[in-house]
Amino acid sequence: MAGARHITVSEESRPVLPRHTKLKFDETRQVWVILAPERVLAPDEIAVEVLKLCDGVSRVAEIVDQLAAKYAAPREAILTDVIAMLQDLADKGFLTEAREKTS
Amino acid sequence: MSEALTDTPSTPAANDGLAVLESRKSTAETFGIPLAVLAELTHRCPLQCPYCSNPVELDRASGELTTEEWKKVLSELAEIGVLQIHFSGGEPTARKDLVELVKHASDVGLYTNLITSAVLLTREKLAALADAGLCHVQISFQGNEPVIADRVAGLKDSHRKKIEAAKWTRELDLPLTVNAVMHRQNLHQLPDIIQMAVDLDADRLEVANVQYYGWALKNRAALMPTLAQLEDTTRIVEEASERLKGVLTIDYVVPDYYALRPKKCMGGWGRQFFNISPTGKILPCHAAESITGLEFESVRSNHSIAWIWQNSDAFNRYRGTGWMKEPCKSCEFREIDFGGCRCQAFALTGDAANTDPACALSPMHEAIFKQAEIEAEGATNRFLYRNFAGGTLETGGDGA
Repeated sequence: MAGARHITVSEESRPVLPRHTKLKFDETRQVWVILAPERVLAPDEIAVEVLKLCDGVSRVAEIVDQLAAKYAAPREAILTDVIAMLQDLADKGFLTEAREKTS
Repeated sequence: MSEALTDTPSTPAANDGLAVLESRKSTAETFGIPLAVLAELTHRCPLQCPYCSNPVELDRASGELTTEEWKKVLSELAEIGVLQIHFSGGEPTARKDLVELVKHASDVGLYTNLITSAVLLTREKLAALADAGLCHVQISFQGNEPVIADRVAGLKDSHRKKIEAAKWTRELDLPLTVNAVMHRQNLHQLPDIIQMAVDLDADRLEVANVQYYGWALKNRAALMPTLAQLEDTTRIVEEASERLKGVLTIDYVVPDYYALRPKKCMGGWGRQFFNISPTGKILPCHAAESITGLEFESVRSNHSIAWIWQNSDAFNRYRGTGWMKEPCKSCEFREIDFGGCRCQAFALTGDAANTDPACALSPMHEAIFKQAEIEAEGATNRFLYRNFAGGTLETGGDGA
């Protein structure tokens, strides 16, 4: 059963933080944090930017397009980094995926 | 002693928040406010586990903080930078205001965790807690089947209720941690307990060997594992951790009597943790009241929580390394383990400033290791159950 929650991140994924994982700005320490069961993670600036775009609606491909445009950087390199980062979070159980919308 | 029995130093991942945040805010001079705080809402509990981490002298219901007092505390914690709150006890669901407290904690931005025996939960109650913003549930298990589990808990039908509550937890889409407290009389169930955690769709399993203070120290002879059991345990945990990667995270706590190096208890006294007792005392660890001669300040005093954390004598007494005697004082590991556990040092040597005897460098280490071996091999299986009356001895022969 537990394995069913595990996701593989691709360009088509619509990632979102699960209900029990919260991205929050820590006013005291002036740093973004991810709050999870028994864990506090400190994502770097890029990760925060990516996670803010993970709303369960946008596909990874769209998120990467936005970042590539904003930073005028090669899309392929960004795609690789973003997928690696999101997959790492997913492996730890801190990222889930919105169900496929059949429009 | 095999290498596997020593505490494996945890290497924090690059994005380990604690490491990152600590490096930013916590230094030896200014102690950053902890990221997480344990709120022991009550010492009341329907279970009577003989290794309970509550003090032997339990706080009475009449002395507990009121709902309004707890709410004020929660607001203050959020304000000073605490990020997570663990509602514990005793049994936190014995408090009628738990939903209200979880709601308030969520409203002020705290990440809420419930540490429970689960036997008082109903599906409705758990749903109400989830609606109030509860983020995570940790349920303690005493075994993988009712015979041993109910006997250890000292409560009939407790195991069945726990299983039921664990299922509700996942049905409500709350993440679940199974906490299994292990000792000589249930270690043989470990493989089944691991499978139970998988079957319950838990995210995490804590395999926590009993730590021997307070109630557990009174029950040491009935609980201490044998060295052979411990070697099996380590092997089983390592095998399962590898096999269940991505399915179940297993955290493993070894009994430090069999370790060569002491544990970095609480991450060091007053460095990254405090808890609040049912009556509102701010404590460096949940067993700290066992050390006589320390005065702990309360949230009911005129001082703020931040002031108590930074300035109170109890927190400063064993902070850093200045209080140390030999062999800690000149030890190269003094800032790695901070001399181990102060409560254990006090309980076993009579002086909390002594080296924790779990450390091989302590002059008492050999003696306690031998003692553990003797108790594990030959002693009674009979429990002294935890209660407000100072404990009740298990009836019925050896309890085996």
